[in-house]
Amino acid sequence: MEKKSVKAWLYLLPAMLFLGIFLIYPLVDVFVYSFEENYNFASQSYTGTGLFNYSYVLRDPYFLQALKNTFLLVVITVPLSTGLALLISVGLSSIKPLRELYQTVFFLPYVTNTLAVGLVFMILFKRTPYSDGFVNLLLSLFHAGPVDFIDGPYGAKMLVLCLYTIWVVMPFKILILTSALASVNQTYYNAAKIDGTSGLRIFFRITLPMISPSLVYLIITGFIGAFKAYSDAVALFGTNLNAAGMNTIVGYVYDMLYGNSGGYPSYASAAAILLFAIVLTITCINLLVSRKHVHYIS
Amino acid sequence: MNNTEQSKTANKGTAVSGVPAKLRKALTYVFLSLWALVVLFPFYWMVLTSVKSYGAYNSEYLPKLYTLSPTFQNYADAFTAVPLANYFLNTVLFTVITTALMLAATVLAAYAFARLEFRGKNLVFVLFLSLMMIPNELVIITNYVTITSLNLRNTFTGLILPSVTSVFYIYLLKENFEQVPDQLYYAAKVDGTSDLKYLFRVMVPLCKPTIVTITILKAIECWNSFVWPRLITDDQNYFLVSNGIQSIRESGFGRENIPAMMAAVVVISLPLILLFLFFRKMIMAGVSRGGLKG
Repeated sequence: MEKKSVKAWLYLLPAMLFLGIFLIYPLVDVFVYSFEENYNFASQSYTGTGLFNYSYVLRDPYFLQALKNTFLLVVITVPLSTGLALLISVGLSSIKPLRELYQTVFFLPYVTNTLAVGLVFMILFKRTPYSDGFVNLLLSLFHAGPVDFIDGPYGAKMLVLCLYTIWVVMPFKILILTSALASVNQTYYNAAKIDGTSGLRIFFRITLPMISPSLVYLIITGFIGAFKAYSDAVALFGTNLNAAGMNTIVGYVYDMLYGNSGGYPSYASAAAILLFAIVLTITCINLLVSRKHVHYIS
Repeated sequence: MNNTEQSKTANKGTAVSGVPAKLRKALTYVFLSLWALVVLFPFYWMVLTSVKSYGAYNSEYLPKLYTLSPTFQNYADAFTAVPLANYFLNTVLFTVITTALMLAATVLAAYAFARLEFRGKNLVFVLFLSLMMIPNELVIITNYVTITSLNLRNTFTGLILPSVTSVFYIYLLKENFEQVPDQLYYAAKVDGTSDLKYLFRVMVPLCKPTIVTITILKAIECWNSFVWPRLITDDQNYFLVSNGIQSIRESGFGRENIPAMMAAVVVISLPLILLFLFFRKMIMAGVSRGGLKG
């Protein structure tokens, strides 16, 4: 028996080493950092413990800007992308010919490099002295613009960031919702048809309740993902997000660690823990709200 | 479309597809095609721009939607003016080693949880699962400090080691391993087969689809990784494609050589798109079981 146990632990050893060193130890350490004041990277020393790092971060205008950007991004993209994905998935499941082709095309953004395709979006929206760019060409058809979406007004920049974020997150949502729709038991629909129920009523009374667990899952993961936005913003506006006024909370954490502000692991830790607290709170609220409205069928 | 009309046709039980149903179908196709256009257009624009000559691109104040004189000069520039080939090799090396290490650790751990008996197994497994909830943003700070103080910045070791673990894949593979009938194990034991041999001769071949799926998902993740490489490398010789494209954008060809930049973007995007077209079903099934973007 003992020998068997030893063998099992040996099998687990590689995974445990990696997890221990790069996941569990850092998790504990990040809290320690966040309370160490004036931590010096070179000498690994600090002057005291307390909440100073948190109050510094909360008063930092760059953090407040990042907080505002991130909240706007979350509030705009999560409902829009989920709603649009629902429409597309319902459309997809109502057709037969070409369905697989559409599904394949819709999934493409998932397997592309966020940084690389972000550059394409940048070019489509950017206005330079030599060219107005494609989007402004479109706008001019409606006698609007031209607007510089990349270096221009805040609203325009936010719009591009939201559009790109939605473009990136759609494949996952469409995939989850189409498989949820496909697994709804056909007998419900047949029964409704015999009763002569209208299409809209079928959707709200049968389809929506049946796929509500998947919807809740998407909304929760959507919130979490949007709160962690970073690469999309870098792709559009470059690495100096603070200068562009388009930083996100995660971007603030990384900038604190490295980059233009130099290394401040204590501030980075405090900001990361604040982000985690926000995400945890929102997730709990989501779960509480959804409990009342979701139908789980065992 | 009004409801009474629809319910009337339904009530009659006639499956005749009236005008509204046909119209609705047509509208569905139009809507889906519109979204397909939104998805595909950036790809079209990227390829189109990459084959426009530098001079032609910069003389178009209003961008043209097509080109009559495509050139491959930009692709040559992408490989000669910036170290794109080097970024590419780095990424391949990083992806292969990281994925291989992940696979080794995952297969062994999944086997221990699925097949071996030891005290505290359930507790350890629950602890493993709870690790899935730890956000990367929290642990990356200490990892950065650890790797920096070990003098591993700008090394492959520093890039790879913290990127190896994926608790979710252990869980996925363990579930699959458990579906292999116990009788096979007992039969192998009677024949005197060792656990390790049983694992690699029986379990791994039987669970090949899952193993291929997690390999592909991990490879995609590695290919696109940006945050960790950006923190840990500032020497161009160790850049991966994501960081490479970012530095190309900020200083590469000179800011205005957009066509060459787009050629680089095409080269970087192509491997994953090809991988996706070959393993489409597997990737989509794998992602819907728990892949997460972001």
